[in-house]
Amino acid sequence: MKILINFFEKVGYSITSRINRLGMATRLFFLIIISSGESFRRFHLTMKEIYFTGVMSLVIIIVSAFFVGMVLGLQGYYTLQKYGSSEAIGVLVALALVRELGPVVTALLFAGRAGTAITAEIGLMKATEQLSAMEMMAVNPVGRIIAPRFWAGVIAMPILASIFSMVGILGGYVVAVIVIGVDEGAFWSQMQANVDFRYDIVNGVIKSLVFGVACTIIALFEGFDAPPTAEGVSRATTRTVVTSSLVILGLDFILTSFMLGG
Amino acid sequence: MDKIKLDAWVGIFVAIGVISLLGLAMKVGNLTSNDIRETYSVIAHFENIGGLKPRAPIKAAGVVVGRVKSIVFDTKAYHAVVKIDIDKRYAFPKDTFANIYTAGLLGEQYVGLEAGGDMNNLAEGDRITQTQDAVVLEKLISQFLYSKASEEE
Amino acid sequence: MSDNLINIENLTFGYGKELLHKGINMEFQRGKVSAIMGGSGSGKTTILKLIGGQIQPKSGSVSIDGQVVHNQNLSGIYKLRRKMGMLFQHGALFTDLSVYENVAFPMREHTDLPENIIKDLVLMKLNAVGLRGAYKLMPTELSGGMARRVALARAIALDPDIIMYDEPFAGLDPISMAVICDLIRTLNDALGATSIIVTHDVAETFSFADYIYFVADGIVAAEGSPKQLMASKLPFVKQFIHSEKDGPVPFHVSAPSYNSDLAL
Ligand SMILES: Nc1ncnc2c1ncn2[C@@H]1O[C@H](COP(=O)(O)OP(=O)(O)O)[C@@H](O)[C@H]1O
Ligand SMILES: [Mg+2]
Repeated sequence: MKILINFFEKVGYSITSRINRLGMATRLFFLIIISSGESFRRFHLTMKEIYFTGVMSLVIIIVSAFFVGMVLGLQGYYTLQKYGSSEAIGVLVALALVRELGPVVTALLFAGRAGTAITAEIGLMKATEQLSAMEMMAVNPVGRIIAPRFWAGVIAMPILASIFSMVGILGGYVVAVIVIGVDEGAFWSQMQANVDFRYDIVNGVIKSLVFGVACTIIALFEGFDAPPTAEGVSRATTRTVVTSSLVILGLDFILTSFMLGG
Repeated sequence: MDKIKLDAWVGIFVAIGVISLLGLAMKVGNLTSNDIRETYSVIAHFENIGGLKPRAPIKAAGVVVGRVKSIVFDTKAYHAVVKIDIDKRYAFPKDTFANIYTAGLLGEQYVGLEAGGDMNNLAEGDRITQTQDAVVLEKLISQFLYSKASEEE
Repeated sequence: MSDNLINIENLTFGYGKELLHKGINMEFQRGKVSAIMGGSGSGKTTILKLIGGQIQPKSGSVSIDGQVVHNQNLSGIYKLRRKMGMLFQHGALFTDLSVYENVAFPMREHTDLPENIIKDLVLMKLNAVGLRGAYKLMPTELSGGMARRVALARAIALDPDIIMYDEPFAGLDPISMAVICDLIRTLNDALGATSIIVTHDVAETFSFADYIYFVADGIVAAEGSPKQLMASKLPFVKQFIHSEKDGPVPFHVSAPSYNSDLAL
């Protein structure tokens, strides 16, 4: 009996604490929005963060995208070829990347590469009282530290996702056209006939914007919320990756069903 | 890190991003080649549209010339009314023939237009009178089985 | 009008249910160096945070120049804070900025000074703490004492009226300690500021502070000038000054009796 009560207590606690954290993260989001003036008035603050989140993620994004594209090309070819429609390989690669893999894989890599860095940085700044010190200097840390990182993430994510999709398509092109020898004209023209700008490409960009907001808020919140110890920061970093990944995949499903339905 | 160097890198980053997006729009997507800006819409009635969906392509001689705008069911005549948007750049005679085809064996369905010989062209709000329904696989199979069965008798 | 810049009246505060401060009264005179002493965990840092308005008292008040801190809205508190400089316990330098940018930070945030004037000011402040030559270094390249001095230069960047020091001597070698000691006094007198030092370093503090408060068990246990305290007969003060292990301040954290724990 006692075990059962304990169990329910634990479940209840974990649910309420999660909802509590969601509430706090939402509060942080609104705080960021109202303290965002400085991120744009002093845009170099945001530029610096775009450098750290965006430019520094460029290599991993390009390399991963190229491999993902090549794998898609190979797998797609062997499947399509069975149905005698190997020219459709371009469509397959492009749609897979533009609609799903571009935004989703980019966001997952972003959470691992930039999200963890943001969490660790904010967590350490808090642990070493840098945020407190800033407050005592009459500078709002949300406006000065948090908001520029948020906007940098939101700006960098769609850019990274576009680069991912384009490089991935080039990877697919290399495998399908150069290695396997699918007709180049068919590769591109089928793609163009079937990839719609508004419904495929723009929707992909919208997805990555949403992922950008989610990923950076999670990373910032976890850092802000981390207990000011080495262990606290390292756990927060792990939580950033786990939570971001789940949220990205969940949001992707929701967004996709809206986009396909609407 | 130098401020100038940092700015330059961010500039390069954004530039690569913009180029990628443009590449996606132009080379991968249909923004240039098949961009349909101004359209006129006509309607066509079908007994059966099969799996045709809104936004399916309208093709003439394999070229995408428009998109299906909407599909509604007419409760008086009991058939489907398909509204299609055709690019203003392409004019079709009034007696154009509209067929519902399937791309490949299992591919998505599209509307194929075959021009007739009329001197007047279709205009906004016109109706395409000559249509041919989608080929429904189940029907084909049952017909095939039926004819087989009757052969055997 | 009294000559007190900061008044703390009947202040109570606690992070949880238990009260950390149980009615504190302090007055900090304009132009003087005052010290708050007490054991670790006695809530000294918390008092500084209450003065800076980072946390709200449960009851009582902190007033600066007649203005009650916790009655201010955020912009009011920010206005008050611009008159304060605080040296954090471990310096709290911004690790992503160089020494130069750390000191320039408050100037860039709060003034529109052109770059050449900022440069002059920063080098002047760094010169005051003897670290002009280190302006290019990153905080991770500094020793503990140097970091503390850079943080000090940053704290005085905007010539504050109130300078608060949180354990400025902790973990420093005797030479750095003497340097910081000297700096606190000269900066206070040169800027005409009011300084508050939180510390548990008896010898140094007694050598240069004007007035000292002892905090224990959530109240001010003793106060006075160094001379008065030296002569004090209070057992608590004697224990602290002569660093005796046991006395009114127990060595053990309060706990059930040792025997009852062992019997388990
Ligand atoms: N943010 C906080 N949340 C909860 N408890 C805290 C917090 N900061 C300090 N404390 C607790 O309050 C007590 C006093 O802390 P502090 O003012 O830092 O002491 P001191 O500076 O005198 O060593 C300590 O027991 C500490 O654990
Ligand atoms: Mg302390």
